[in-house]
Amino acid sequence: MIRVDRSRLPEVGADPPFTFPAIVRNVLPNGLRVWTVEHHSVPIITFSLQVDGGSGADPSGLDGLAAIVADMVDEGTGALSAIDISDALARIGAEYDAEVGADATLFSLTTLTRFASRGASLLADMIVRPSLRESDFTRVRQLRLDRLRQLKDVPSAVAERTFLRLVYDEHPYGHLSIGSDSSLRQVSHSDVASFHGGSFQPARATLVVCGDMSHDDLLRHARDAFGNWVAAGDGADGGAVAADVEPRLAPLATFAIVAREGAAQSELRIGHLATRRVTPDYPSLVVMNAVLGGQFVSRINLKLREEKGYTYGARTGFDWRRGVSPFALQTSVHTGATADAIADSLAEIQAVRGSRPPSDTEMQLAKASLTRGYPRGFETAQQVARSVAQIALYGLPDTYFAEFVPKVNAVTSANVVDAAARYLDPSKLTTLIVGDHSAIAESLRGLGLGEPQVFPVEL
Amino acid sequence: MTFSAPNLLFTKRTLANGLDVIVHEDHHVPIVAVNVWYHVGSKNERPGRTGFAHLFEHLMFEGSEHHNAGYFPPLQQAGALVNGSTNTDRTNYWEVVPTSAIDRALWMESDRMGYLLPALTRERFENQRDVVLNERRQSYENRPYGMVMMALSSALYPPDHPYSWMTIGSADDIRAMQLDDVQEFFRTYYRPSNASLVLAGDIDTERGFELAEAYFGEIPAGVRPAPISAAAALRSEQRLVMEDRVELPRVYMAWHSPAMFAPGDAEMDLVGDLLANGKTSRLYRTLVYELRMALDVSAYQGSREIGSFFMLVATAAPGHTLADIVAHIDRELEQVVSDGPSVEEMERSVAQAEAHFMYRLQTVGGFGGKSDQLNAYNVLRGNPGFFTEDLDRYRLATPDSLREAARAYLPLNRRVMLSVIPRGQHALALDGSTAVTAS
Repeated sequence: MIRVDRSRLPEVGADPPFTFPAIVRNVLPNGLRVWTVEHHSVPIITFSLQVDGGSGADPSGLDGLAAIVADMVDEGTGALSAIDISDALARIGAEYDAEVGADATLFSLTTLTRFASRGASLLADMIVRPSLRESDFTRVRQLRLDRLRQLKDVPSAVAERTFLRLVYDEHPYGHLSIGSDSSLRQVSHSDVASFHGGSFQPARATLVVCGDMSHDDLLRHARDAFGNWVAAGDGADGGAVAADVEPRLAPLATFAIVAREGAAQSELRIGHLATRRVTPDYPSLVVMNAVLGGQFVSRINLKLREEKGYTYGARTGFDWRRGVSPFALQTSVHTGATADAIADSLAEIQAVRGSRPPSDTEMQLAKASLTRGYPRGFETAQQVARSVAQIALYGLPDTYFAEFVPKVNAVTSANVVDAAARYLDPSKLTTLIVGDHSAIAESLRGLGLGEPQVFPVEL
Repeated sequence: MTFSAPNLLFTKRTLANGLDVIVHEDHHVPIVAVNVWYHVGSKNERPGRTGFAHLFEHLMFEGSEHHNAGYFPPLQQAGALVNGSTNTDRTNYWEVVPTSAIDRALWMESDRMGYLLPALTRERFENQRDVVLNERRQSYENRPYGMVMMALSSALYPPDHPYSWMTIGSADDIRAMQLDDVQEFFRTYYRPSNASLVLAGDIDTERGFELAEAYFGEIPAGVRPAPISAAAALRSEQRLVMEDRVELPRVYMAWHSPAMFAPGDAEMDLVGDLLANGKTSRLYRTLVYELRMALDVSAYQGSREIGSFFMLVATAAPGHTLADIVAHIDRELEQVVSDGPSVEEMERSVAQAEAHFMYRLQTVGGFGGKSDQLNAYNVLRGNPGFFTEDLDRYRLATPDSLREAARAYLPLNRRVMLSVIPRGQHALALDGSTAVTAS
């Protein structure tokens, strides 16, 4: 019989051992990288094809092209129309998704293992041999234009769009994957074919196959479906590589507002460009972020939500990319609390750079929440495939998963302060408000940020 | 397509104080899901006192007698993922912890079940009331179409029906809440006899029961609250219009439909798929793909404990009217009622349902994971093993049973039709609509 002692919390035992999934790397003769991972729990298989060239590869003036091409992938192949594809996917109970990132686009199909062959061949037909019909293109583009129109009323979307623009300016990363009204109108049907021909090449893609089969069988499904994929198009490259373009860093702090009269809350973004995902300081930065705003018990959330009651939640994070990536605080606060919430946020960002180094408790909490829960992210085939695709995207070593925990555990409070001091610069922060300008204009004067530049709601 | 659902093996025992305990072993990853359902939601509230169940969920994270501080730090320190949610029918709380932290999670979960009130101070209460008001602004007031469910709920149900208000509660009611009301709410509903605990994952069954008995066995049982019942019916078509900060008009059509797990519930779920799930569905294919009259269309059966609703939503493409869209939808509905789905449509729909049952078996914790499902089946059906029977409801559906459900539950002359229009543009609403506001 266990006796419960309520005078103190039970100690947590030693971390249980966990073996991270082994990745077997293969390259097909056509240059396609095929990485297989066995995952034996439920008879499910996931195919995740990552193609280089996300929204950062949108040609200048054609923002939104990569996302349109991703949309066109399930609009038809061979004799199959979009409706037929949807029907075929439904018949094998498949879940299909295309996710357009800044550096790459990830196409995923999950199905029951007994439909693995059908699932793989459908995905290959869609990716390699899409019909790209003009009538489908016109409809897809129009749906996206109409969607943009609706997003004008979504404060978080307006804030994302304006923030990216402010921190990246003209850089290829400086737009949402959906693009803008004016750029979408410039995209033509021939742009779609040429982007597909340039980007969708076996040598520019990685296929991660994860599921309840042996490596050999996983590889066989990949080879049967994708082995005959030959480089198409005119051999042109897939457009500029955004990660290689050095952004022009803003020299000064920027203070901006998008006026939304009568808004019940102010949507806030505070941040600037920081560094690349592959920085050796990554472990220090993720711990720093956990302390500052990356978890419920972070400084920013405890201050703005639990202590002040300004918001339902506040968080910080890096929007990682291959190239220089932004750091940002994001929250939505009661209109009347806008100026105070900004002041508190700026003070917390300043403090973690040295005046208030993370305490032992904060360090322990941040590291424990990053490391002890780590195995939880390897429960489903989709989760595993996604993590492995990240390894491919950033060129990380196979040992990455196993090394993550020890590396994070080695971070010290001094490392965190050092990383914050080097990568967070209060004198260069962009502070953006999407909210009721006339209601808060007066209170903003006390912040010492000057008069905000006013931007229109524009998408 | 048929396959045998893998058994979701479990053991259930009820402690002397009435707490149901269910243990399911799955040793793939060294984690354990702890999941507690309290059979209380906003349907247990009264008019003028709405928002209690949800505000209470927030207070459950603020500390209890023996851990008089925030709920998150000791669990995040242990590597746990922690969350909770409230709906009309139930409130759930869960942690997913490394196997090494199961004692701590159960200590914390049991402390707030048994010893919450001594730690519930006025200051904590008032702070969380502000947080909830902010949640309301962020998730409803400041979001396009965010107030729609409030308008629809009041139109579908009479004012004393517990589904006539939203789980978030009215802003006035939230502001007017008193600390002693909240304490009374806890004493009534947060009792072992009104709760169910699931442990799922890397845990030995006997060890699970031993721990559950140790931590929860000492908590007094309480009185199991009486079930709630209420009825609602529509006698005619109600046309409403609401202005919002939106660019494009949208129509919401809502009907009453069979309660969760009642005969016809699964059929209505499948009717929703048939109409608007995926590009192959009838309304997507015609309205969005072929005719390009709508930007999007969706349909779903909102299954709830004492009565469900079925909803169809479509946003007009620029240059098209809601009236044209509704005329088209009505023709499609008449077609379903007269001819039912084809055999191919039926096969596709059931194949998808079966695959989704399988996908739901992939995670032990979190919303919708195995621990949450076992609790849902236990609390709402009294049988954690209802998985196979649940799946059978879909397998046994036929074109005729769908046709019959659509005929019975989707009458064109008894429903709510809500037009949501850009501010000031009343001409875009359906004819004969009465203006409503929600706040």
